[in-house]
Amino acid sequence: MKYLDEYRDGDIAAKLVERIHKVQTKPWVIMEVCGGQTHSIVKNGIDHLLPKDVELVHGPGCPVCVTPLEMIDKAHAIARRPEVIFCSFGDMLRVPGSDGDLFSIKSLGGDVRVVYSPLDCLKIARANPEKQVVFFAIGFETTAPANAMLAWQAQQMGLKNVSLLVSHVLVPPAIEAILSSPQNRVQGYLGPGHVCAVVGYAEYEPLARRFHVPIVVTGFEPLDILEGVLMTVEQLEQGRAEVENQYSRILARGGNRPAQELIAKVFEVSDRKWRGVGMIPRSGFRLKGEFRELDAETRFSVEAIDTMEPEVCIAGQILQGIKKPHDCPAFGTECTPQHPLGATMVSAEGACAAYYAYGRHLKDADLVTLGK
Amino acid sequence: MCLAIPGKVAEVFTHEGLHMARVQFGGVTREACLDYVPETQVGDYVLVHVGFAISRVDEEEARRTYEALAELDQLGELEIPELKEPTGSSGGAA
Repeated sequence: MKYLDEYRDGDIAAKLVERIHKVQTKPWVIMEVCGGQTHSIVKNGIDHLLPKDVELVHGPGCPVCVTPLEMIDKAHAIARRPEVIFCSFGDMLRVPGSDGDLFSIKSLGGDVRVVYSPLDCLKIARANPEKQVVFFAIGFETTAPANAMLAWQAQQMGLKNVSLLVSHVLVPPAIEAILSSPQNRVQGYLGPGHVCAVVGYAEYEPLARRFHVPIVVTGFEPLDILEGVLMTVEQLEQGRAEVENQYSRILARGGNRPAQELIAKVFEVSDRKWRGVGMIPRSGFRLKGEFRELDAETRFSVEAIDTMEPEVCIAGQILQGIKKPHDCPAFGTECTPQHPLGATMVSAEGACAAYYAYGRHLKDADLVTLGK
Repeated sequence: MCLAIPGKVAEVFTHEGLHMARVQFGGVTREACLDYVPETQVGDYVLVHVGFAISRVDEEEARRTYEALAELDQLGELEIPELKEPTGSSGGAA
């Protein structure tokens, strides 16, 4: 954990922490829904600076984590085909499916490539006309404009050897599902800043009203998160439930209109399964209308694949803020980033992986030993 | 992986109908698509996510955000080799 004087703006951080302590009178549970925020909170020990009755829980904001196991297995089935060049963001390479990961497929001779941008797939497709180039299009709203542009350009250019394996998810339906659960503990949200830079935050306003929860769109730097928590606690203490924008230096209510326009041309909202959580109605994107011919699931006729998650894994409850990584008997022992058992351990932005990376699997006794 | 990285637009051009730019991130220069922030000019700072500018920012914000991402080890995507056409061989580092 960091101490306040280690923050780049230590005195501002100290003032924000002091304000939160002063304002807070009742216990509150606040969820962040961005993997980058989760990572920043754990790395900087922000949760340890807060009053003990302000609990931060970590939502389903890591797209790699929530990509369902059967979709990963479908990706692997396609990537193993000899005629396929399978392209992916680097984060997906080490995520284990039921039988190995993309990296192991590559080491066995599969043509698996890490791309910087979805547009790289166009270059690869033109250079390899005899091959089928498949892009693993995962992500939240932030990534949707990039993936939409790949589909758009492939169609405009008439490239017949490009397709997308789409596993796109959306934040507001996940928040709605969590708040609708009888087990829900979350009373306020830090909204995802860079997601809202694309789609804006008007869509969050009906959620705040319906469930009477404050939602504060927040950045990912330590000072952003502290300010976001302060704004959320102030609303909770005052009985308000509004959407506020802590991150106004980056984004406005309307988001990025040109990006939204292309997303709407290429994708339509569909039901999606979330790893650990299950099916959430209207919580993702699929290719729409004329773009469906670019759907890799159809092109390669990959059937529904039955998968089994380990019974011990409680990732689903962690993603919904019901439990914390420490509540899991497998955390840090049977389940580690090298051998992840479930969603929240498969990527550095998952809550379990972040807790593990910053030593939170160690017992106090271990820490004393290390100190010596 | 939903975080966008700030960079400075060094050059703008059109390629296959897309508004493109060369964008400098620290010591690395990459291509980025400007179609979603079409008013961007050389010298502007933009937030880039997987090769797409999604927002414009001022210089001070760009510097702060870049440093914060570096602290979080979130600049790894800039290490992926840039694809030059033609690209027949199996490329891309793990």
